[in-house]
Parts: sequence; C-alpha cells; structure tokens
Amino acid sequence: MHLGDMTEEARRWRRAALVLLLIAGLGGLAGQTVGAAQPAEQSVPDGFVPMDDVPPEEQLPAAPLLAAAYIVVWVLAIGYLWTIWRRLGSVEKELAEALRRVGETDGA
Amino acid sequence: MSRFLQVAWLVVRKDLRVESRNKEMLLTTLFFAVSCVLVFSFGFVRGGAAIEGSASGVLWITIAFSGTLALGRAFERERHHDALRGLLMAPVDRPAIYVGKLVGVLLLLAVVEALVVVMIAFLFQAPLFRHGWWLLTLLSLGTIGFASVGTLFSAMLLRTRSRAVLLPVLLYPVTIPVLIMGVSGTFALVQPDPDLVLARVWVSLLFFFDIVFVTLALWTFEPVMTE
Amino acid sequence: MNRRLFPWLIGLSLVFFVVAPILIVRAPLEQEMGLIQKIFYFHFSAWMAMYLSICVLGISSAQFLFRRKPAADRLAVSAAEAALVFGLMGLITGPIWAVKSWGVWWNWDARTTIALILELILVAYLLLRSYGGPGSDRLAAGLGMFAMANLPFLYISTNIWRTIHPPTSVVPTLPVDFGIPLWWSFAGFIVLCLALLTARVRLEEQRATLDRLYLALEDE
Repeated sequence: MHLGDMTEEARRWRRAALVLLLIAGLGGLAGQTVGAAQPAEQSVPDGFVPMDDVPPEEQLPAAPLLAAAYIVVWVLAIGYLWTIWRRLGSVEKELAEALRRVGETDGA
Repeated sequence: MSRFLQVAWLVVRKDLRVESRNKEMLLTTLFFAVSCVLVFSFGFVRGGAAIEGSASGVLWITIAFSGTLALGRAFERERHHDALRGLLMAPVDRPAIYVGKLVGVLLLLAVVEALVVVMIAFLFQAPLFRHGWWLLTLLSLGTIGFASVGTLFSAMLLRTRSRAVLLPVLLYPVTIPVLIMGVSGTFALVQPDPDLVLARVWVSLLFFFDIVFVTLALWTFEPVMTE
Repeated sequence: MNRRLFPWLIGLSLVFFVVAPILIVRAPLEQEMGLIQKIFYFHFSAWMAMYLSICVLGISSAQFLFRRKPAADRLAVSAAEAALVFGLMGLITGPIWAVKSWGVWWNWDARTTIALILELILVAYLLLRSYGGPGSDRLAAGLGMFAMANLPFLYISTNIWRTIHPPTSVVPTLPVDFGIPLWWSFAGFIVLCLALLTARVRLEEQRATLDRLYLALEDE
C-alpha cells in the first residue's frame, strides 16, 4: 500500500466531509426560511386527539423538526463514513507494517 | 422419502429414550414454565381480576422463554464425546437430523403448553377453552414456527462460544412476528366478543410463515452444519 | 476497482443531496400534514435504501453459504451495516414526523414495529459476527437469509393489519409535483447506499489481505 495515497485519500475524505457538513447547514437554513406554514388539518387515527382541537401555542413547530430530521440523516451518513475511514486507516497502517516485515524477511 | 422419515424418527426415538431415563429436560422446563406463569400472574392479576389482554401475552411469552430454554439444550447431549460429529458423519440426509430434533423439541413444548394453558385459564380467568380447536391450531402453528427457527439456530451455535447468550439474541428478533401473530390470534379468541374471522387471518399468516421458515431451515441446515 | 468507483459514487450522491433540499423546499405543501410531511422524501428513501441493503444481505448470504465465495461474505457484512445505518435514519425521522403529525413519538403500528424488529435482527447479526468466534461468518449468513425472508411479512402487514401508515399503494399514485422530489431523494439514497457498500467492502478486502499477510508471516 502506498502511504502517499493514504494522505491523499485522507484529504479527499476530509474535503467530502466538510462539503457535506456545509450542505447540511445550508439545508437547515433553507428549511427554516420556508416559513412556519402550519398544517391546515390533521388526519385523525383512532384513539388520538385531533391536533386542530389543540390551540396553536401548544402545537409543535414543524420547521425545526423538519430541519432536525434532515440533519440526523446527514449526521448518520457522514458519521458512518467516518467510522469506515477510521477503521480503514488503522487496517492500512497494520498492512503497511506487515508488508514491511515481509520485505525484511524476504531480504534476510 | 420414507428413509428421510425413518432417520428423523430414529433421532426422535433416541432423544425420547435418553430423556425417559432421567427426565431432566422435561421436568426443568416444566418447572420453569410454571414459575414464569406464576411470576406474571403476580404482576398482572390485581384483586382477582387479570388486566385485560394479559392472558394471551403471558401465554406466548411463557412459550417463548421455556422454548428458548429447551432449544438451548436441544443439542446439548451431542456436544459431549464428539457425538455431533458421529451424527453428522452418518450416511443420512442431514435435514432428517434437523427434523428429528425439531419433532423432539415440539413434543417437549406440547407437554409444557398443555400445562401452561390450563394454568393461565385458571389464574387469569381467561376463556381459553371456549374455541379450543382454534387455540390448538394457533398454538401448534406458532410453536412450529418458533421451534423451527430455534432448532436451526441452536444447531448453528453449538460450537460457538457465548452460545447461551447468543441464542436468545438471534432467536427473539426473528421470531417476534410469530409471537405477534400468536398473541393477536389468541386475543381475538379470548376477548369478550371473539373475532373468529380475525383469528382465521392470523392462523393463515402463521401457516404461511411456518412453510417459509421450515423450508428455509431445511435448506440451510446442511451448509451451516458442514465443517 | 472499488477505489476508483467510490469517489464517483460519493460525488454523485453529493449532487443528489445538494439538489434535494431545493426540490423538497419547492414541492407543494401537503394539504393534511403541511410542512412536516416533507420529512417523507428522506424517510421513505431511507427505508427503501434499507430494503435494498437487506436484499443484498440476503442474496450475498445465500451466495456465501451455498457457493462459499469469500467476496459474498464481505458484501454481506457491509450490507448489514449499511442497512443498520439507513434503518436508524428511518427510525429517527419517523418519530420526528409522528410527534408532529400524530402527537405521539411511537405508536406500535404494524410497519414501524416490524421495521424495529428488522433493525434488531441486524444488530443480532453484527453481534454474532463480532462475538461468535470462528465460523460465525457462515452462521451469520444463515441469519442473513432469515432476515431477508422476513421482508415480505413487513410489506404484507401494512395491507392486512390495521395501521396508521398509509397503505403501500399511495406511492405510485403520487401527483407529479410530489413525485419528482421523492424519486430524486430515492435515487440519491440508492447511490449513497452503493457508495457506503463500496467503502465498507474495501475495508473488508483490506482486512482479508492483512489476515493473509499475517498467515504468510507466521509460516516463515
């Protein structure tokens, strides 16, 4: 394995991660600016109180929840990619070490 | 085909014979099931009346717990003295061994369930015998579904370390659909206004589930057990 | 092969995810649920990506169990992890949507319940692989096939059992304005799934190479 490639790869990973974070932030902002359009009426499943009967102050604001949902998706995706990257890094380090030892025993 | 059944029957007979000598598995599993039902009744029966719907839940949870206990030891005897290797080296269809083990577990659970149903009907005042044949069908199909998966997993985990912990960890998520169907079906039979149409739906779904998973278990037993 | 494929896949999924919020924001407000309904585009897509991963898990498990291809085993464990991640996305975005729209975080309806069960099976699979010791790859393959066999019951359940979730036929009948952001997000998630699989399989391949090297070193 080529150590030079690894740092190149690491740089690419970091760039991708930063870009994704930036987009997550922009997405969140976009969600917020859409406005606080409240639902006109709610579907009523059995056993639940219709939300229209609850005064608007007690209803949950939709926009932050929407943003939270999108941010969660991005955090999970990026987080998982990051764990792969971390594990890959340690395996490649061990691989380089093992290859070095193979080279030594071959040379000896 | 008859050879397949012959082999399966031989495995069942072997297990029954060994079990009849000391009855250890039967008695311990029965006692565990009884304790389970008692503990649940302390939790769910208040002032002589059971919480609504608890009887069906307790029935199936007890079956699941005792079943797991029995399944954990289904292949226990084969672990010692390389008996498993001897069994696998026999020139027979491997799936026949699986079927034999499965029937053995089902027989044990049938005895346990007979006792548990009577206890729950008594302690929880649940009209379990009102639609006896429906309940019998439901219990049979549900137990087959649960035990078919459990027998395979128990065989799979035989040589694995941490097998005692891993069996429930693997078994419960895969068999939760069986439990849901069983509980819902039993509840449909036991509720004040029994819904036989709904019970029939659950029975059909359980039947379908059993077909799929017994077939899958038969199919994967061989490659999973090969060295 | 994977090293060249991955940057393309992740780049493509980036494109999808950058454009998606724009399309979603522009999509019409749903009459009954309003703004919060827009979670649907990612929620639905995450579940579809999870289903895809579980199918990959089931098929590669079967390949490994019956054909003994080591590559199939590597793909299986990668698919299990990917399915877990997408399942988490669905299980978190779902309650966020539910708390606004239905007033409860969790209501035990058929589809959400079985989705949770599938997630449990995936955790069990990964636990088996971590703690099962030698030979657990084949056992896990058996479990993987059982996980896939459970999928049809998830799909059928929505149509038969009483449920709050919309019946499965609602998606094909969506009007075009809703359809475009949905299928765009869906495509983005599928590409992301492929990207994650590629990266994870790469990790497994490197681990396998390392194991072979260690074995070779021991022999000397």
